[in-house]
Amino acid sequence: MEILMSVVIGILFAVAVYLMFSRNIIRVLIGTLLLSHSVHLILFTMAGLQRGAPPLLFLEAEAYADPLPQALILTAIVINFGITAFVSVLVYRTYQEHKTVDLYDLRGEKDE
Amino acid sequence: MSNLIILPIIFPFIIGAVLVFFAKKSRAQRIISGVSVLAMVGLSAYLAVMAYQQDTVILEAGDWAAPYGITLVLDNLAALMLLITSILGASCLFFAFGTISKQRERYYFYPFYFFLLVGVNGSFLTGDIFNLFVFFEVMLLSSYVLIVNGGTKYQLRESFKYVILNIFGSALFVMAVAWIYSITGTLNFAHLSERVAQLEQPGILTVVGVMFFIVFAAKGALFPLYFWLPRAYFGPPAALAALFGGLLTKVGIYAIIRMFTLIFYHEPMFTHKGLIVTVAGFTMLFGVLGAVSQFDFKRILSYHIISQVGYMVMGLGIFTPLAVAGAIYYIVHHMFVKTALFLLAGATEKITGTTNIKEMGGLIKSHPVLTWSFFIAAISLAGIPPLSGFFSKFPIILGGFQEGQWVISGVALLVGLLTLISMMKIFGYVFWGENKLTDRQYNTSVTNLLIPIAPLVAFSVILGLAAEPIFTYSLHIAEQILEPSNYVDAVLKE
Repeated sequence: MEILMSVVIGILFAVAVYLMFSRNIIRVLIGTLLLSHSVHLILFTMAGLQRGAPPLLFLEAEAYADPLPQALILTAIVINFGITAFVSVLVYRTYQEHKTVDLYDLRGEKDE
Repeated sequence: MSNLIILPIIFPFIIGAVLVFFAKKSRAQRIISGVSVLAMVGLSAYLAVMAYQQDTVILEAGDWAAPYGITLVLDNLAALMLLITSILGASCLFFAFGTISKQRERYYFYPFYFFLLVGVNGSFLTGDIFNLFVFFEVMLLSSYVLIVNGGTKYQLRESFKYVILNIFGSALFVMAVAWIYSITGTLNFAHLSERVAQLEQPGILTVVGVMFFIVFAAKGALFPLYFWLPRAYFGPPAALAALFGGLLTKVGIYAIIRMFTLIFYHEPMFTHKGLIVTVAGFTMLFGVLGAVSQFDFKRILSYHIISQVGYMVMGLGIFTPLAVAGAIYYIVHHMFVKTALFLLAGATEKITGTTNIKEMGGLIKSHPVLTWSFFIAAISLAGIPPLSGFFSKFPIILGGFQEGQWVISGVALLVGLLTLISMMKIFGYVFWGENKLTDRQYNTSVTNLLIPIAPLVAFSVILGLAAEPIFTYSLHIAEQILEPSNYVDAVLKE
């Protein structure tokens, strides 16, 4: 299962990087989204995919699952949500001001 | 154990949240933020004294013992960084009162200013690596908002690049955290240090260490990940450029110092003396060459940030108590002087309305105080005795020679010379030469702007004249952080 997840993460990461290299800023935005998904999956997978009861005192079980990665992912997702919202607005404002979504036109003045 | 050490995080957070409600009332915002930023200076000074007396103060949130709970750790290095942060925060805020436009003020400049301080203070205090990530994100998200605040065409264009680069950096950060968790099964710094020591840092942990180095190098503007800095720092108003220039990159450097003295210190031949020293050399050289080639006040200063960040990691890379103490001293010196220079650039911009140094001239006659403040800060930056730049570079370079690192020490000396050249270039164009000011510009008064800058320039002089006690303090810090057992024992209570 971990191997399968690694392949999925690898594909996601590759697609994200590909999108981030494109000239359209909306594609770059989608690239960052996919990038964060792949990274969250890494966080999830690296701790080992386990079966087990939640680690609570009154639960008697054979095995307990590690709750930490899930807490970490939750935090990372929330942070990423905020950043994505911000970048979406930033992209929209950039488009409003510059009237273009092409990064080639946004690279700056020629003499810089 | 002291509950006080959570205050540098909670206090600005509450103030920032309160300020949101006063967003449209400029006067109320100024009063609240001005008073609270001064309170923060007092608080951090108190904490610095406390850290000096007790060496390492920790706080376990909710009484969950380390390594299970969230730990905040205040050692001398963190306390020093907190103190400088609050002083810079105060100076830049008071400078902002005099220069910031009404429109920027209305769009949540002050709340995000305080949220930025939350993130910075949190990064210095946190005792585990995931909270370091969280506070980094708090800091970065606030910096995104502040850097684009005002919404000019230039800002929108350049902040997009800054944001994307940092998002990628943060993704690598989470990845590195995942890796280190899967190898060691812990995220607490002290616990990590212990477990990495038990494993004797095999190759895979070195890889993770280098991954962290890349992440923080991108935030700290090290070679080859520095290209975003001069462009991003050019857009925002001077008060912010000064705060960013003085503060933000140093958070990355602080994280590098923490990581490579506390956790990944078992392979110094590869990580410290190989990788870090090489990167430091290139960073210094390319940064200063960028500065020499530019003719814009703010851009020259921005490129200088890059070259000076190189000195700091060079001190770490040489990895002797003397050199690390020099690096800490250098960070202190740099934060004060760089912020002062950026603020002076802002004051000059207010007079002349431009940042192109070729369009200025003759300010020495019309604004002598401004000129001499700049002169002191500039030669201090270049490292002329008896100012702080000299006494902080000296131990780093001396440490380099003692360790037989001839090349890097030679580069550092050369870079010092080039720094002097580019500072003299600014001085010659802006302050000397023919008077290019109109009558109105000639009579523009910037006294109210010089007041917040004066303490910073004074600190630069004091740091130089009182080099002995300050260097002893730096050496004390260096010895503390080079002996990771201090930190580990204090947190895990063994």
